[in-house]
Amino acid sequence: MKNYFPTFVFCFLVWILVAGAGYPELILGVAVSLALAFFIARICGIRMSWKTPLSALLFIALYVPVFLLELVKANIDVLFRVLNPKLPINPGFVRIETGISDNFSKLILANSITLTPGTISVDADDDGGIYVHWINVTGDDAGSRSEKISGRFSRILKKVML
Amino acid sequence: MNIVYYILIILGGIFYAVGGLGLLRMPDVYTRAQAGTKATTLGTMLTMIGAGVVHPEWLPKIILIILFIVLTNPVGSSTLIRSAYRSRVEASGRTAIDELGAYYDREVE
Repeated sequence: MKNYFPTFVFCFLVWILVAGAGYPELILGVAVSLALAFFIARICGIRMSWKTPLSALLFIALYVPVFLLELVKANIDVLFRVLNPKLPINPGFVRIETGISDNFSKLILANSITLTPGTISVDADDDGGIYVHWINVTGDDAGSRSEKISGRFSRILKKVML
Repeated sequence: MNIVYYILIILGGIFYAVGGLGLLRMPDVYTRAQAGTKATTLGTMLTMIGAGVVHPEWLPKIILIILFIVLTNPVGSSTLIRSAYRSRVEASGRTAIDELGAYYDREVE
């Protein structure tokens, strides 16, 4: 039941952004968002687990800049790897330790890892591990690799999530 | 203002071009996904924001589009790679380490 209202609000906001805020659009928007919320909230099993509603704002303020910085840095890194005549890659599948058990945080973390060029999260196990395909494997053990791939992300996530 | 969007769109174009080049140069499907799907993330963002600078009234929708790309791109590429691995697509000989095989109870040479 908890999911219906946030899903409805999100659908409605997207609707307003796309369709505009005219009178008939708003009425149709409420109807469509209600219908969508009814179906989506039933299928979607993952609950958002902010510590408090304010944590969501804290998350945006802390996480988004760090993430964008990492995104740009990693993009430039991959750019030079592709352009380098020697193609300096050392790919491999590694397991990283995140220390996160909550599904919603794991989803955000895995998506952030995938969006950062050079790393794609492939699978996750139940003990907080994420399996990552890494284009340039460095570091000797799981600890140093986890720190390199996800250290900055997971520290922020631990602060704002349950 | 002109300069800003020229720079943004050209930078975006460079990331797209290098993404395409990466598709050709990388040795196997996993590394190709790295180059092809990812270099374009920033490419798309930069080109979209560039368009937003030209037409400021488009900005809300452009931010929405970027948000959708950020939400859907990783799910897509992660699923592609996962299914490639599960259907035993071979990784290139340069692959240094494979800790995923053990997770799927598979023998790793």
